[in-house]
Amino acid sequence: MKNEDKNIIDRREFLRRLGTGAAVSALALAGCDPKKNAAAGLTAAEEIPTDSMTFRTNPTSDDRVSLLGYGCMRLPEVQEGESKGEIDQEQVNRLVDYAIEHGVNYFDTSPAYCKGFSERATGIALSRHPREKFFVATKLSNFSPSTWSREASMAMYRKSFKELRVDYIDYMLLHGIGMGGMEAFEGRYVRNGMLDFLLDERRAGRIRNLGFSYHGDIEVFDYLLSQHDRCKWDFVQIQLNYVDWRHAKEVNARNTDAEYLYSELQRRGIPAIIMEPLLGGRLSRVHNHIAAKLKQRRPDASVASWAFRFAGSFPGVLTVLSGMTYMEHLQDNLRTYAPLDPLTDDDRGFLEETAQALLRYPTIPCNDCKYCMPCPYGLDIPGILLHFNKCINEGHMPSSSRDANYAAARKAFLVGYDRSVPRLRQADRCIGCNRCVHHCPQGIDIPAQMQRIDHFVEDLKQGREF
Amino acid sequence: MLRKIRITLAAACFTLVTLLFLDFTGTIHAWFGWLAKIQFLPALLAAEVGVVAGLVLLTLLFGRVYCSVICPLGVMQDGFGWLGRRSKRNRYSWSPAVKRLRYGALALFIAAIAAKAGSLVALLAPYSAYGRIAQNIFAPLWQAGNNVLAYLAERADSYAFYTVDIWIRSAATFAVAAATLVGLGILAWRNGRTWCNTVCPVGTVLGFFSRFSLLRPAIDTSKCNGCELCARNCKASCIDSRSHEIDYSRCVACMDCLGKCHKGAISYTLRRSSRDTNATAAEKTTAPAPDTAAMSRRRFLSVTALLAATAAARAQDKHVDGGLAVIEDKKIPARQTRIVPAGAHGLSRFAAHCTGCQLCVAACPNGVLRPSGGVMTLMQPEMSYERGYCRPECTRCAEACPTGAISLADTAEKSSIQIGHAVWVRQNCIPLTAGDSCGNCARHCPSGAITMVLSDPDDPESPKIPAVNTELCIGCGACENLCPARPFSAIYVEGHEVHRTI
Repeated sequence: MKNEDKNIIDRREFLRRLGTGAAVSALALAGCDPKKNAAAGLTAAEEIPTDSMTFRTNPTSDDRVSLLGYGCMRLPEVQEGESKGEIDQEQVNRLVDYAIEHGVNYFDTSPAYCKGFSERATGIALSRHPREKFFVATKLSNFSPSTWSREASMAMYRKSFKELRVDYIDYMLLHGIGMGGMEAFEGRYVRNGMLDFLLDERRAGRIRNLGFSYHGDIEVFDYLLSQHDRCKWDFVQIQLNYVDWRHAKEVNARNTDAEYLYSELQRRGIPAIIMEPLLGGRLSRVHNHIAAKLKQRRPDASVASWAFRFAGSFPGVLTVLSGMTYMEHLQDNLRTYAPLDPLTDDDRGFLEETAQALLRYPTIPCNDCKYCMPCPYGLDIPGILLHFNKCINEGHMPSSSRDANYAAARKAFLVGYDRSVPRLRQADRCIGCNRCVHHCPQGIDIPAQMQRIDHFVEDLKQGREF
Repeated sequence: MLRKIRITLAAACFTLVTLLFLDFTGTIHAWFGWLAKIQFLPALLAAEVGVVAGLVLLTLLFGRVYCSVICPLGVMQDGFGWLGRRSKRNRYSWSPAVKRLRYGALALFIAAIAAKAGSLVALLAPYSAYGRIAQNIFAPLWQAGNNVLAYLAERADSYAFYTVDIWIRSAATFAVAAATLVGLGILAWRNGRTWCNTVCPVGTVLGFFSRFSLLRPAIDTSKCNGCELCARNCKASCIDSRSHEIDYSRCVACMDCLGKCHKGAISYTLRRSSRDTNATAAEKTTAPAPDTAAMSRRRFLSVTALLAATAAARAQDKHVDGGLAVIEDKKIPARQTRIVPAGAHGLSRFAAHCTGCQLCVAACPNGVLRPSGGVMTLMQPEMSYERGYCRPECTRCAEACPTGAISLADTAEKSSIQIGHAVWVRQNCIPLTAGDSCGNCARHCPSGAITMVLSDPDDPESPKIPAVNTELCIGCGACENLCPARPFSAIYVEGHEVHRTI
């Protein structure tokens, strides 16, 4: 793989050095764009360059892919009115236009995302650009066994073309390999002949690159790589971030260290596409202590940028996906990757320390992917888990009823709980039907967690000693 | 001066009593809960001999200052009257007492108490009438204001305010409250204290005593020039300036006339005649003893009517990610016996002690208490579990109740009182209708009264259903509220006529 990270002008570093020597405050000057704001020095944000995106080249297809890939799993929703909760197409168009203008050319979606409307919204936004300007990735998704028949699978595959408004798909993935083990894999992709069908479609040129996304059972990952000679995977999508690199098992006993996954791919020369570089936002919504340490090391870089630089610094990574709901997220990521400032060995050691510190806060490994939703009994599962995690990170989590800040933490937890999740969708409504469990790519035992949180809430409400 | 003292005290009492109804956090109660307990009728029903004697003594000393200062309904009427006087000065005039109506209303009221016709008692009792207005009309406005602050607090990442549900608990009670407010408002606007001196039973009773009060406004005939300014500013219409007489049974000791008289002919002084009055202070302790009629174990027929409209929540097949399932509102099941809070001891005792003031309804943080819509019990609170259940850590209703209709020592006592028992409804139960394992009722039962058992004892794989041990069940409604079946729960609570202690 050709590394195109050459000739990087580390503007931030340069400006910082300049700033410390000058009489004006370092922060203000570091923010100056020499071209536009040199005289004023009023703004802290740099203009985002449109021509500096770092690109990587796919060795099999020679695709020149932007290091930042747009994940279309968390598209913005309409906030109020009649169409509340539907995808806000106007916003999506704006975000996609801005991304393409700044060099992003990889868009990843699936028939299941955003209540099933992600492909259509992505298709509408992309169809307003020349076809050669972007690569689009979608998946043969595997959630409901009712879609596992050959007919239903074909219908799903054909529908993707229609929704995306394209006549070829650049990157096609077998979705969520490893969830449900070998049995689910065989049933979903082998016995119905869909894997062979997709290989044929690649030969016919309707699929330009074929790969798979991997979650969960390592047996399936190893099996599929052993089939590389036959299938010739053009890429593989894995979960990689500075926590999962060496501590995947500590986050979730079912997961495998990204170090292993990545090196297995490298050994075979398969490019890696990275998902969950931010662990579903958990590497940007970190505990205050950790955020302070990251900021101290690079005051003008966001907390999230560390995670993106970590994922992007591996040369075998083709693109790093980020589900960007807000323009601010997109802009922040563009700053990180236009161009990439690779991690130093020192930085890497620092992030390993950060990972270890993070693991000391026992958050639930929910990435807010919403694969578990909708819960048939109306619970807002990610909402509940995210509130729980948020309280841990913000220190609103009384570890004992004898804590000094127990009363304040109790109030913050309970009031915040009602604000984040309507009463009828809270953990006490979980009946334990277990329907969500096999949808969770992180393998969280959701009913057990719901009951644990419910128990904790009851402790707080009843003022029980714990 | 006397008038200013009266206005200041009245404003303070009125504000604090109103806050008792508006405050949903329970903090005001800790400090000023006693203000509800010194109201005449609640004290009488609570058999608070000391309070009743104190109020009678107060009246014997100073006249009906109770009506001018302590009674929130009276003070509210003064508010309307003040607005009326601004639009037209000197608007009142003397009128003779309407004795037939006064004593008729009092007799009817006493008969209603004796007959335990709670709805009629609640309709006439002044403090209850005000409570209804405060709870139904003022509280929603207050809560809406709070919700605006909560909205702002949320955006400022502050936990100082939190959002509360605003809902009309009973359309009938709301209508009565609104009608009372409008009716009294118009009466007071035009004629001042008409209601207090014709209908109000407390006013009539205190009137008996105020005739003999030690201090009273009196007209000095040597100074009076007969201008009638005092009569035209008397909201109680009790000054007959022509004959220089004041009807002390109707005078509420507002002191308005003192300042109105240009000649200084009216003064608040010791009574001159030497009739012996102090011996007449009778103590009224008419509260009936707790009803201990034996409770016959009710047979609960199969709740067919309830089932007809029942549809269980259907589990949906998942095709895509995200979104929230629609949640249907719960509906009130047709209970054969209504549920009243722990500490009420039973339906009959509760009916005899409750004035229907809505203070407990306003205090209930769980959305459980609401005024009844029944004819005999109209406006008296009862419980239902669609919005929440009677939580084990909460005794707010008992803390708020001024009449002792709900009285509890602590949460331990509450958790040992059986106010009802849970009944399982097979046709709604999710393990049988949707095939999902559940057990949410058993998991949340605070007294461990529910056990999940096999629906088919011979098949160990059969879905598990709840079995209720009614000896342990306290009727808190956790099971009913948290049951996933909608709109009707698969387990609901039937009330007990007489509460039992485990």
